[in-house]
Amino acid sequence: MAMAMAALRREGRRFAPMISPRPITALRSSPLAPSLEDECPIGVRYISTQVVRNRMKSVKNIQKITKAMKMVAASKLRAIQTKAENSRGLWQPFTALLGDLPSANVKKNVVVTISSDKGLCGGINSTSVKISKGLHKLNSGPEKETKYVILGEKAKAQLVRDSKKDIELIITELQKNPLNYTQVSVLADEILKNVEYDALRIVFNKFHSVVSFVPTVSTVLSPEIVEREAESGGKLGDLDSYEVEGGETKGEILQNLAEFQFSCVMFNAVLENACSEQGARMSAMDSSSRNAGDMLDRLTLTYNRTRQASITTELIEIISGASALEG
Amino acid sequence: MLRRASMLLACRSILAARARPFSTDLPAAPSADATFTEAWTKVIPNMDPPKTPLSFMQPRPPTPSSIPSKLTVNFVLPYASELATKEVDMVIVPATTGQMGVLPGHVATIAELKPGVLSVHEGSEMTKYFVSSGFVFIHANSFADIIAVEAVPLDRLDVNLVQKGLAEFTSKLSSATTDLEKAEAQIGIDVHSALNSALTG
Repeated sequence: MAMAMAALRREGRRFAPMISPRPITALRSSPLAPSLEDECPIGVRYISTQVVRNRMKSVKNIQKITKAMKMVAASKLRAIQTKAENSRGLWQPFTALLGDLPSANVKKNVVVTISSDKGLCGGINSTSVKISKGLHKLNSGPEKETKYVILGEKAKAQLVRDSKKDIELIITELQKNPLNYTQVSVLADEILKNVEYDALRIVFNKFHSVVSFVPTVSTVLSPEIVEREAESGGKLGDLDSYEVEGGETKGEILQNLAEFQFSCVMFNAVLENACSEQGARMSAMDSSSRNAGDMLDRLTLTYNRTRQASITTELIEIISGASALEG
Repeated sequence: MLRRASMLLACRSILAARARPFSTDLPAAPSADATFTEAWTKVIPNMDPPKTPLSFMQPRPPTPSSIPSKLTVNFVLPYASELATKEVDMVIVPATTGQMGVLPGHVATIAELKPGVLSVHEGSEMTKYFVSSGFVFIHANSFADIIAVEAVPLDRLDVNLVQKGLAEFTSKLSSATTDLEKAEAQIGIDVHSALNSALTG
């Protein structure tokens, strides 16, 4: 009998955080005690499984929901991945012609951060924001300034907190309609009209595979800076060797070229980021379902232990009662 | 399971090969990245620097000493790559200054395109596309990059719709009041008359 009581006390201690911590002293518990203890009404000494059962139900529901979200993300990813891969050829000619100068020293930097509107997609938005802030820091100096253009709610939430004065433009609800080039070029037009820039740095997550998203920054320079870099030689030195056909002046064509480059690079960046978002959501939801499964296993074990302990208690009471009557 | 493992290995090796810049090519390419990476690590030591497009691109061959026999053409649209590093004899592009023929060994040029017909000549066959607008870059190493916003093969165009569109935009131009409306109507007329001449000519 003493052994049984000791065992029960041990059991009681083990699931102390779950259930009422004082199953043995339930006699003392008042009826006005908080809900956690009212499964032990006065005079009865048993441990209730109700709390554990509720928890198990809710964890199971969460597991179902996260599994469903993963399936949805997988199907959305399939749809948008083909588009993103087809658009990859779009920025390559520009980089082949103009090269890529992320270290160009310019006065007016504009960082275009691309992020998602919805959450639950892992850490990709935080990575983009960290990189944007890093670029801001990198390009801060005596005469230089950096402004932000934000696409997507998640980056807005993070950047509004500390860089509110540097934000020029915020664009949200990008993915309400399926992404297409017309929409993105209108967006690019808006940005170019409203923001003065020497260099535009587009920060996004490039989609490599379902589990790998690489933060990338694409630089688009304004025509004046392109001229300056071309004259100073180096990367763009042989730009002068290109004859420019048509138009009144070379500057006009370069202006059109810069705008076209920006819209093409934006289009690819937005698509890649959307793919990365769906991929990140898939892996986040997958690990979430797995965690829920683990939690459910542990709760099931606890539930069984509690159930068995209460059965043991009942048996003990019956047997001790019977032996008391006999003896 | 073994097949998937081998596929994974292959994918990873391809990715690794593509992600790392080659050391044997264009010496200028890594240096731009290097200055950026150095500056980044100085200011933000905790994070890896972000990648740049250069690390994702295949390098282009340098200018050869003699004129190559074929022109390598990349014809890209926002939603597809029509031709990717295709070797052809000649392309005729509708530049703003008129139809421009591009042969191997053409001088390096940047040209803006106007709505018109693009034809690709390969041996005896010729493919025609109607291009809405875009840019063409001709590099010294006989690579031509044509970037168009919209391009359709000519057989997909409907003559009746073209005529209707032309009439519609002409009437819009005559009834236009603001500069913006006039410009839009004029663009519509340009495109439709180019379509018309493409279909008839």
